[in-house]
Amino acid sequence: MSKEIDAIKDPGLPEHVLRRADTDPIAARKAERQVATLFTLSSLGTITLIGAYFFIPQDVFIFFPVLGSTNAHQLFLGLGLAASVFFIGMGAIHWAKTLMPDEEVVIQRHEFRSPDEDRAEFVKTAKEGAAAAGLGRRSLIKRSLGLSLGLAGLSPLVLLRDLGPTPGDSLSKTSWKAGTRLVTDPGDRPIKASDLEVGAVAQTLPELAKGEKRTLPNIARDAVLLIRLRPEEFNLNAERLSWTHEGIIAFSKICSHMGCAVALYEQQTKHLLCPCHQSTFDVTRAAKVIFGPAARPLPQLAVTVDSEGYLVAQSPFTEPIGPSFWGRLK
Amino acid sequence: MKHLSRFRRHRAVAPLLLIFALLGIGTTFSVAGAATSNPISAAERSALIKEGEQIFNRGCSSCHGINLEGGGVAPSLIGVGAASVDFQVGTGRMPLADMSAQAMRKTPLYTEKEVEALAAYVASLAIGPEIPGEEQLNYERDGSVAEGGELFRTNCAMCHNFAGQGGALTQGKYAPTLMGVLPKHISEAMTTGPQSMPVFSDKTLTPEEKLSVIKWIKAVEVEPALGGASLGRVGPVTEGLLVWTLGLGLLVGVAVWLAMKAR
Amino acid sequence: MTARERIAGSVANYVDERTGAAAWMKKNLNKVFPDHWSFLLGEIALYSFVILLLSGTFLTFWFDPSQREVIYDGTYAPLQGIHMSAAYASSLDISFEVRGGLLMRQIHHWSALIFMAAIVVHLMRVYFTGAFRKPREFNWIIGIGLLTLGIVEGFLGYSLPDDLLSGTGIRIAEAIMQAIPVVGSYISFFAFGGAFPGEAFIPRIYIVHVLILPGIFLALITVHLMLVWYQKHTQYPGPGRTEKNVVGYPLLPVYMAKAGGFFFIVFGVTAFLGAVASINPIWLYGPYTPAQVSAGSQPDWYMGWLDGLVRMAPPIETIFFGYTISWNILLPGLIIPGILFTGMALYPFIESWITGDKREHHLLDRPRNAPNRTALGVMSLTFMIIALINGGNDIFATTFDLTINQIMWFSRISIFILPPIAFVITKRLCLSLQRADRELVLHGRETGRLVMMPHGEFVEVHEPISPEKAWILTQHEQQPALALEENDASGVRRPGVLKNKLRARMSKAHAVSIPKATAADLKEIEHH
Repeated sequence: MSKEIDAIKDPGLPEHVLRRADTDPIAARKAERQVATLFTLSSLGTITLIGAYFFIPQDVFIFFPVLGSTNAHQLFLGLGLAASVFFIGMGAIHWAKTLMPDEEVVIQRHEFRSPDEDRAEFVKTAKEGAAAAGLGRRSLIKRSLGLSLGLAGLSPLVLLRDLGPTPGDSLSKTSWKAGTRLVTDPGDRPIKASDLEVGAVAQTLPELAKGEKRTLPNIARDAVLLIRLRPEEFNLNAERLSWTHEGIIAFSKICSHMGCAVALYEQQTKHLLCPCHQSTFDVTRAAKVIFGPAARPLPQLAVTVDSEGYLVAQSPFTEPIGPSFWGRLK
Repeated sequence: MKHLSRFRRHRAVAPLLLIFALLGIGTTFSVAGAATSNPISAAERSALIKEGEQIFNRGCSSCHGINLEGGGVAPSLIGVGAASVDFQVGTGRMPLADMSAQAMRKTPLYTEKEVEALAAYVASLAIGPEIPGEEQLNYERDGSVAEGGELFRTNCAMCHNFAGQGGALTQGKYAPTLMGVLPKHISEAMTTGPQSMPVFSDKTLTPEEKLSVIKWIKAVEVEPALGGASLGRVGPVTEGLLVWTLGLGLLVGVAVWLAMKAR
Repeated sequence: MTARERIAGSVANYVDERTGAAAWMKKNLNKVFPDHWSFLLGEIALYSFVILLLSGTFLTFWFDPSQREVIYDGTYAPLQGIHMSAAYASSLDISFEVRGGLLMRQIHHWSALIFMAAIVVHLMRVYFTGAFRKPREFNWIIGIGLLTLGIVEGFLGYSLPDDLLSGTGIRIAEAIMQAIPVVGSYISFFAFGGAFPGEAFIPRIYIVHVLILPGIFLALITVHLMLVWYQKHTQYPGPGRTEKNVVGYPLLPVYMAKAGGFFFIVFGVTAFLGAVASINPIWLYGPYTPAQVSAGSQPDWYMGWLDGLVRMAPPIETIFFGYTISWNILLPGLIIPGILFTGMALYPFIESWITGDKREHHLLDRPRNAPNRTALGVMSLTFMIIALINGGNDIFATTFDLTINQIMWFSRISIFILPPIAFVITKRLCLSLQRADRELVLHGRETGRLVMMPHGEFVEVHEPISPEKAWILTQHEQQPALALEENDASGVRRPGVLKNKLRARMSKAHAVSIPKATAADLKEIEHH
């Protein structure tokens, strides 16, 4: 460490420089007035807040540059509150900076390490305590205590069991059955194949039986997007083609990646885009993933028409819809 | 409209009223324009079609073909209907300015009269969606704003964003903002499905429902700043940017002042 | 003795006779705090936390954390008659019926964003100045814990109003739960009380958001501050400042006035934002239903990097004995964040292992004097910023006329390439700055004045720098790399050769520096 010896020397704490307010009473008074002004501004802020709360109705709108037409109640309430606290802060800091003593103080640090005798004392006490309890000698107690502590840790887990039911096969099931009509969301109107022009989409849900109520968990599994293309635009295998009806193809709207509603259909490119993570699916190839993080196509719902010409599901979904999970294929 | 009409009571709302009035005038004109085209005589109609044909042959046929059959880049116009022409030409999307990812809304090249003639000509050759009449566009009288909002969120928000500000599609395409678009054009876009946009059939999204959607869009368009500057209504991205610039900027500024020695 | 002094004296007497507080107070009122703007960044976070408690308490008086379905009949016309959860309806009521409710909601949300931003810049200050070194490793770990909890707490708050945006966020959180191997779908069903979205989740996360996590926060923040208090604050190097002392202002009155005043400043700025800038306009989002989504659905900024990572993840899912493992979710959603945060928490120990430095440090490093650490920090920041940008790729695409596909591919590639480049550039930059420091000490400041020498040559006059400045530029110690012998004294190869080799190598990289100017160097130059 020879280098450290001829290191450049520490010149030590610089001399304290007096402020103007320390030497000049006029400057000191000026600073005092500035602080008082700042505190007064704060009071004005509070008055603004009270005035806005009681005297500006909530439905008054004024024009304010940058903000446009804006709610006066909310604006003045906020600006009043902001001024009332902000200027207390400004005043206090200005006071501290200009008028309170500004000479820096030096204090010494202490070492955190306890003195050796304290440490030795501690170790001794701890050992004595352990010996007095006799944990080391009485191995039967030690073992049974360990066991009971471990088991006791299980009880919160057990007690939390009723947080929810086990999933069972509910993640793999939807309300779609063979013959379920597709109805508009919202509106619940059944849809005829002829209702859709080429290039049209429809957001649909399964028709409800009388007296049934649609719940959000249902919608989270059942939402389906209908799209009509020209039949010759499809590039599907025979089975998948048989799942379409005159160019009408149906997909689960719940993204196979993380469950957002995938419904950004680009009519020209025939691509579906998920707005959450930008997975892109090619409708003509049974929603094959062509971009983004999704690993699987959107499940396709086989559709046909019933005797009255309304669009219905041919069969339930053949795979679980929505995001993947461990037992998805079981 | 209980909520909105309460906004109007106050005198300070003058600028807002002005927007309202301008919009009202704009819509009345366009509605009147659409409405007057119906009861015209057969002779006037054929003159209009004739004029439309001339404009088409001069300005559109080089791409869309002399018989509307379409070409390499341009789609066929057979059966697209008057609504499609009115939307594409009336919003200035057609004629195309360049070959970018998609046609942009810009100042229309043709006058309203010329657009009407073009639409009449294209509609005369094959049946297609018609320009919506006044009945389907009077959003100030008919429709339900709440229902419109729900329909908008189910059918439109995924592309046009929750407040109709537009959003990104794939490969540089985008769903444009719906702010400042004439009700007529919104309606036509839903029925004809221009460019990337799909068609919303009258059976799955009825004309009444379409009107409610328009009503909601218009309500959002004039909704004043309820909580202060809107930050573009695009969600948390601009909020985050504001916190890191203005929020932290102000705070660090004060902190620097605080730690500076007074003279 | 004035009347006032008498009263104060008797109050103090009363308290001290019952608590014996005087001795403790005497010792602690003399505490000294170094003054520097960067030491206030943590205070911004602390004060934001207080503002969050205050504004959050206000909100709880009206918020109804229930997913029971109600029909909205409040003043906001575009939602009248719409079915929604009571949580969403009461959030609307707070915004439109309660006077000052919208202001408080906005203050609460802005404050949360400022809280997280302040934590991040505070963490950067602590990291880049080496303030995490012994004896402050515990406080560093508590800080990382607070950052992690802050992300969770913020996300839960974002989820509570049950609007379309927050519901979309919960949906994604649910997908992450489901993706956990073996138990994923069980975790999800237990959390949601059944199938997503159910009616149990909002009430459950409410109690976590307003009680459990704030309680943990309070405990951790208290320990964090007590450690700062007890260990005394670090200070920047300067004349008269050593490892053994603290130079600054006493707690009473200067520091008290400044720190107390700064609380009001933070509150004021937050309230100002709440007054003039709209945040989370839930009435426009509409109530949550799983069949709807908005373009540009983003999380708040502190989760943006996570969303960006998820967006850029490769579309990989493997089937393992018939069981599905979703790497496209697990990798960006759990594994990478886990590695990043564990690495961050362990960094103080890793660095001290590399340098072999087990001494206490109270003087801060200038970032250039620890090139390896600084470069590693900039590298991690680069990684985070790329992920964050990708998290907003749809907004950036429409704003800057790009395509989401371009931004995505840019992110996917540059997240591997740019961080290492940032490391190399930063390290070189640090070394150049060290060289510049050396030059400055040895040859002084360039004055811009030219003088003609007798033989006709022009030279620029250099002015020597002040002794204070020279001290600041040379006070740091330059540790040599660890010398690790492969064989021990008796010539036997030590166990863990590979580990030692790695350590030696990293130690060498860590010790790279430009020799600082010494008094001997200066003398030598004077002789010329």
